[in-house]
Amino acid sequence: MVVMAPRSTKSTDLHERDLLRRVRPDDWTNPVARPLYELVVVGGGPAGLAAAEWAIRLGLRVALVERRRLGGDSLNTGTVPSKAIIRTAGIHAIMPRAEELGAPAAHELPVDFQTVMARMRRIRSRIAEYHSADRLRAQGVDVYFGGAHFAASDALMVGDTRLRFKKALVATGSQPQRSTIPGLEEAGYLTSETVFELASLPKRLAIIGGGPLGCEAAQTFSRLGAHVTLVQDEPKFLPHEERDASQLLSFSLARDGVDTRLNTVILGVRVENDVKILETANDAARYRIDADEILLSIGRTPNVADLGLAAAGIAFDPVAGIAVDDFLRTTNPRVYAAGDVCMPLKFTNAAEATARMAVQNAFAAKRRRLSLMTIPWCTYCDPEIAHVGMHVWDASERSVSIKSFTVMMQDVARAITDGQDDGFVKIHVKLGTDRILGATIVASRASEMINEISVAMSTGIGMRKLARVLHTYPAQSDAIRLAALAYTLDQPVSWLQRTYARWFA
Amino acid sequence: MDELTGLSDSALLDRLQRGAFSYITDYTDAETGLVADTSRADSPCSIAVVGFALSCYPIAVRNGWMSRAAAAQQTLKTLHSFWNSRQSDQPDATGYKGFYYHFLHMKTRRRVWQCELSLVDTTLLLAGVLLAGCYFDQGGDEAEIRTLADALYRRVDWQWALNAGRTVAQGWKPECGFLHYGWEGYNEATILYILGLGSPTYPLPPSSFTDWTVTYQSENLLGQNVLYSGPLFTHLFSHAWIDFRGIRDKFMRATHSDYFENSRNSIALHREYAARNPHDYVGYSRNLWGISAGEGPGYEQLHEDHRDRRFFGYTARGVPYGPDDGTISPWAMLATLPFGAGPAIAGTRHLLETYPQVCSSDRFCSGYNPTFTGSGDGWLSEGWFGLDQGLLVLMIENYRSGFVWDLMRRCPPIRIGLRRAGFKGGWL
Repeated sequence: MVVMAPRSTKSTDLHERDLLRRVRPDDWTNPVARPLYELVVVGGGPAGLAAAEWAIRLGLRVALVERRRLGGDSLNTGTVPSKAIIRTAGIHAIMPRAEELGAPAAHELPVDFQTVMARMRRIRSRIAEYHSADRLRAQGVDVYFGGAHFAASDALMVGDTRLRFKKALVATGSQPQRSTIPGLEEAGYLTSETVFELASLPKRLAIIGGGPLGCEAAQTFSRLGAHVTLVQDEPKFLPHEERDASQLLSFSLARDGVDTRLNTVILGVRVENDVKILETANDAARYRIDADEILLSIGRTPNVADLGLAAAGIAFDPVAGIAVDDFLRTTNPRVYAAGDVCMPLKFTNAAEATARMAVQNAFAAKRRRLSLMTIPWCTYCDPEIAHVGMHVWDASERSVSIKSFTVMMQDVARAITDGQDDGFVKIHVKLGTDRILGATIVASRASEMINEISVAMSTGIGMRKLARVLHTYPAQSDAIRLAALAYTLDQPVSWLQRTYARWFA
Repeated sequence: MDELTGLSDSALLDRLQRGAFSYITDYTDAETGLVADTSRADSPCSIAVVGFALSCYPIAVRNGWMSRAAAAQQTLKTLHSFWNSRQSDQPDATGYKGFYYHFLHMKTRRRVWQCELSLVDTTLLLAGVLLAGCYFDQGGDEAEIRTLADALYRRVDWQWALNAGRTVAQGWKPECGFLHYGWEGYNEATILYILGLGSPTYPLPPSSFTDWTVTYQSENLLGQNVLYSGPLFTHLFSHAWIDFRGIRDKFMRATHSDYFENSRNSIALHREYAARNPHDYVGYSRNLWGISAGEGPGYEQLHEDHRDRRFFGYTARGVPYGPDDGTISPWAMLATLPFGAGPAIAGTRHLLETYPQVCSSDRFCSGYNPTFTGSGDGWLSEGWFGLDQGLLVLMIENYRSGFVWDLMRRCPPIRIGLRRAGFKGGWL
């Protein structure tokens, strides 16, 4: 892979300025506090923004406090930037294989890393408009920038300003988990918060942690031309996904040139001649990995520090985050929490949904339960790996017998014509019924396809009805109908049905 | 090869079973009774192959290939080798806690290649040990065989292998302790849990089997209802010794199936996959299938017909999730004989007619890849592997007489283990 020389950063600065103008304006003046807010939201990430918007809709007096930038990690350092770069990396992956699709292959496609990053910044800045401080203010939200901490069970301090509230929502999100690997701090490393600030593509990138972020980054940077080594201390990547999905991911990572190391622990890191050296162990074997940069992606920890939670009687745990009940209420009845700070599933969609649920539960008569929420998620590798509802082991642990109906993408006409036939649709059904309990989809657009299953689960559509829903043909999502059809074909035909059929023959 | 394909089904099976058995006699060390993993020069012993060999001797007696006295002598020699081997946590021992290292030096019986103390391979060895203990029911050498077989089984500390966890670990090394490769989903380990649960000395708790089956996945795949496991051998190994027809554990009761039926459905799945042949590999058809663990052409990428083909070395191939690089296991179709003779024999005949090079000296090689054109006329695994040959001897015998199954039905550890795992019904 050819890597081009750096270009001017002028456009980059422009996009950065635009972004800041929207999510953290230089000239912002915090409003004069009202005597009493009906809702104070702490944190301006996806959860906080969704909560504020929902509360304004209900006609409430709302304040929102953000310590850094609006949009949270999702917009600034996580979801949005990574997807923008994944798109470019996908182009670099497809061009050398274009011959398979009947087009000329481009094997030495140059990578202009600055252009890749500039596109990401442009996109980030554009999307930031939907989360801007001006927009919030125009909607009627009192936006405060600064650190907030509870001063009492019904009051928060932002600097010297006291915000009294009837209800509060803590939505402070999470941050990359730190590591105790000897020598890592001294050697220096990137996290999801800093990896998208890279000015140039590292020649050798070592990634510690094979969860969603680690896998996405490994494939992306490898496709852009870095030599990536992905180190995972467990037997499979994406440990929370099922074996077949993780296995397919391992194949695709290897296909993209990622040096994958499973069951491997890092014993220590040191620096020699500007090279970061990772000493690793796989069972009895010892290996050395040389890298120019290290990306640490071993999970996220909730942001619970410096909030004065104890002063407000809000119970929390440094690892699990703020304790909430099934209605998202904390141990302080006035205070709710939403998003990463209290959820084991740390996803943008879950953050927004729990935030709206918390506002609903705080201010409406009809309360909604967290345990009934259907949360789909996706790891944006190629192919994408999406899941919703129960896994097989969840069902087994609850003594629920299930059967999975699987359609391989290699048997789906549109996936074959698209040359995107890696993956499968697997729908878990409660045994003896047609009720969908969960699904895993591995496909190029699994993130889109899983939503059909979410709709079916949320609205109680079973496999029988799903099999009768006409899908466009050909379409990759037809795999879902085919899985439902497999369910129907698997059902015994009754004696009565056979008799009728013969009667009318 | 014309000679083979011209034989009647019965004569063909005779030849291939005898050919497979001759591997055991050809590659057994005269002093230690240990059997080589492969026919290649300087191959170490694989303890699993020894387990198959111990199971083959009674079959050889039954078929008139060996005298009972010679079989007893050979068995006794092998059992002595293991009983008198060094059991310690030292890196060059033969075993530890009653388990054995996967690969041993044929002469010294010591561990080679820094290999792992293997739980599943020890299990296959013990299956052969227990079978010998059941078969040899006379006095003299045979009484000693029974004593040694019992002692070897009693010495195994299955509880240690839990490593304080809920399910058994896969292996252990003196250099780093227990290995954690993760056993998720159904695989060949059923017999491991059965023998572990049946132990009179260090039995596994019944919950360990339940905790393993929690990871099972009942799937409708390519129109077949299966308890899924990709590589074909995983549907065969436990069945070489245990007759699973009609006996059911809790999982199988819930799905109205049994493990025998499941292997049959999995075979149908392999055939359907080969017929669909999604990756357009050379040769695959409803009469040429059987994708399993084993050698391959190596980790290479070839560009042909406007696309890249990736090939693998030694790996557990499986369908339909993969990996699949066009490598078939030529022995696999025949090894499915007890689950349905029609497809097994038709497939084997088709294979012998189409690719006669996969069989020499009446023994199938371990792997063949007709798609891999990097070395001319496809890739062919060199020599023979003991596991393939041993499995074939047992499976052909089970198909023809049910001899091994009948013997093991009378084996107390098997009966106790099955009951503790929650199996009921049928012959149990």
